[in-house]
Amino acid sequence: MNLTQRIPILKVGRVLIVPIQFDMDDQTVMSLQESILSELERTGARGVLIDISLLEMVDSFIGRVLSDIAAMARIMDARTVVVGMQPAVAITLVELGLELKGVDTVLNVEEGIKLLRGELDARDDEDEESFFGEMSAIAEQINRT
Amino acid sequence: MAVARNEVRTAAATIGFRLLDQTRLATVASELARNVVKYGVRGQLIVQPTHESDGREGLRLIFEDTGPGIPNIEHAMRDGFSTGRGLGKGLPGSKRLVHEFKIESEVGRGTRVTIVRWI
Repeated sequence: MNLTQRIPILKVGRVLIVPIQFDMDDQTVMSLQESILSELERTGARGVLIDISLLEMVDSFIGRVLSDIAAMARIMDARTVVVGMQPAVAITLVELGLELKGVDTVLNVEEGIKLLRGELDARDDEDEESFFGEMSAIAEQINRT
Repeated sequence: MAVARNEVRTAAATIGFRLLDQTRLATVASELARNVVKYGVRGQLIVQPTHESDGREGLRLIFEDTGPGIPNIEHAMRDGFSTGRGLGKGLPGSKRLVHEFKIESEVGRGTRVTIVRWI
């Protein structure tokens, strides 16, 4: 891989932030997909935020890979949000017939973080509830015996 | 492919296409150049500023490859039809982004796609 084409993946809290800062060729897009997934595994992050505000074009290949990343990340228990799509890019994508299936998109990084944080917090609450629920069920069992 | 995209965007900007049309043309260039790279043993992209008799300006792009050719163009133009790993959006999607779209292909010889977008 060409080193000048490497896209940084930053971990902030439980979220991976991926700022795409230049036009990517197919090779770079594919290695980005791999890097994100291995970073998810390595860091245990639960969210992925991909900033495409500097991307001047999203074609069917990049669109498909973005959908794939979201699907694969979901299987690895992480949520993906794509932020900052330029209006011209959005119009062209829809005309091209792409919907970015399974990908949440928001206007900017701030909104993206808000969305992911909300998701993660909600999940934590659920986890906590089910944890305490389980514990009290176990306690009840113990009391009965 | 990245080269094709940049080249086309620059040409479009020089002619005076607005940003949205530059994006459309760069996207078409990316889709069609991918076909050339993928299937073509050798290929080329010709970027041609053009104008109609009424003086309206436009950009013509010609993508040529010496690949396997397309046995059934009608199928290839259908949304969702794909022989590769794509979504099958490349050809039909590109057609929606331009004003003129012509595809000529001969099995075993190659394919030529010509598109025009007017300002």
